[in-house]
Amino acid sequence: MTTIKATMPGVFYRRPSPEADPYVAEGAAISEGQTIALIEVMKTFNEVKSEVSGTVTKFLIDDGDEVSMGQDIIEVDGA
Amino acid sequence: MRVLVANRGEIALRIIRACHEAGAEAVAVYSDADKDSRWVQLADAAEHIGKSAAAKSYLNADAVLAAAKASGADAVHPGYGFLSENAGFARRVRQEGLIFVGPPAEVIEKMGDKATARRTAVEAGVPVVPGSGPVTDAGEAETVAADIGFPLLVKASAGGGGRGIRPVHDASELAEVFATAKAEATAAFGDGTLYLERMVAEARHIEVQVLADDHGNVVHVYERDCSVQRRRQKLIEEAPAAELGDDVRAAITSASVRLAEYVGYRNAGTVEFLLAPDGEFYFMEMNTRIQVEHPVTEVVTGVDLLAEQLRIAAGEPLSFSQGDIALEGAAVELRINAEDPGNNFVPTPGELARFDLPGGPGIRVDSGFVAGDRISPFYDSMLAKLICWGADRQQALARARQALAELRIEGVSSTASLHGELLGDPELAGGPVHTRWLEGRLG
Repeated sequence: MTTIKATMPGVFYRRPSPEADPYVAEGAAISEGQTIALIEVMKTFNEVKSEVSGTVTKFLIDDGDEVSMGQDIIEVDGA
Repeated sequence: MRVLVANRGEIALRIIRACHEAGAEAVAVYSDADKDSRWVQLADAAEHIGKSAAAKSYLNADAVLAAAKASGADAVHPGYGFLSENAGFARRVRQEGLIFVGPPAEVIEKMGDKATARRTAVEAGVPVVPGSGPVTDAGEAETVAADIGFPLLVKASAGGGGRGIRPVHDASELAEVFATAKAEATAAFGDGTLYLERMVAEARHIEVQVLADDHGNVVHVYERDCSVQRRRQKLIEEAPAAELGDDVRAAITSASVRLAEYVGYRNAGTVEFLLAPDGEFYFMEMNTRIQVEHPVTEVVTGVDLLAEQLRIAAGEPLSFSQGDIALEGAAVELRINAEDPGNNFVPTPGELARFDLPGGPGIRVDSGFVAGDRISPFYDSMLAKLICWGADRQQALARARQALAELRIEGVSSTASLHGELLGDPELAGGPVHTRWLEGRLG
């Protein structure tokens, strides 16, 4: 079990735009370097890329919530 | 009057100051992140409206309206950004029996939709960039493009702020760019509607400030040049536009008044144009609110735009007529943002450890912050606007250089170093530049 942490403070989004599907769903497989979320910092959108490969077991933060630097955001299994 | 200030940062403070000068009370609103901010302290009352994320506070119409009612406000000033150009919000404010400091909701709607705004400008006899209506497929695009000519731009109807625009340099590129743009627009805006527009090379961004009251008075307050842009974000604005010429000035300002009259405009607004090197100008859009760069107009005309906004909102006539205002001197505004120009303009939230602001003759600083404030990641990156007035453009630029030399910002990065370089650039000092100048210079 690995936890992906926020690399910057801002607002956390699971989808590329409000109407789009989430980048990844809970239970989905992800690979290293894959974009898994966005963090908005001062109206700039930054892609969050996974540093690990594995299966997303849990999002620890809701879409649109505030996130602080270093906060745990996603649990990944099998990494 | 008791005015709810539905905004944050320097424009909230600007509105509060205008209220106090007019003998009105100002009620601030604030998110979690802005609880201890300077504008909240300087307001007569303050209402908490939600969490730090803008969608949960300053963009939340329900929360802002609830704050207006709870505070006993009888007017709402939306500032710029956030809910300022949200027609539904303006309508709800009025339905609650409150004054919206801005134009009627129908006018916001009309000018907020690009295609409608363009059609309205044509009806009002204001020139627009040669272009098309909605284009459905690449085949139709080829037919339309032949009439418009190359180079041209493919634009998303639902885009804005520079998003959803792609250049096409010649006919061979058209089909592919059109297909890509359609896919992008569908993904980004949920609407794949596209239109084509001629690309005006080496154009300047010239905008005209207008004011209109309930008594039939519609005036312009001259123009601003906002051509120094990066990714359509303005970094330096000037008034008046250098080397514009009396004929073009007369034509562009009267076109703006004509449009404002035609749409039944009320309160403060800005009509934005592209000005081609040959002196032809084309309507781009109308912003139905006060703008960030309004101070340069104030310092070269002596017109207090916020004071006039409040007068108009209260049903009073403008305090002056067109013949009363004249241009005096020149002004330049530097938008100092918490971004690192040495690292692709990455935003840098953090604590404003040091914040020494400049002063002296002709210098005005509009900022919502003081040293020790935390510059939060939740909102835009603007730290301060330095507005520098001189008897002529050269003096204004010289004072701007002096102001930058006095400015000390520590704890976050800022664009001040870039502003310093630009003010030292002989091209900018020598006269007007076009909207692609800065991007070309940055490489």
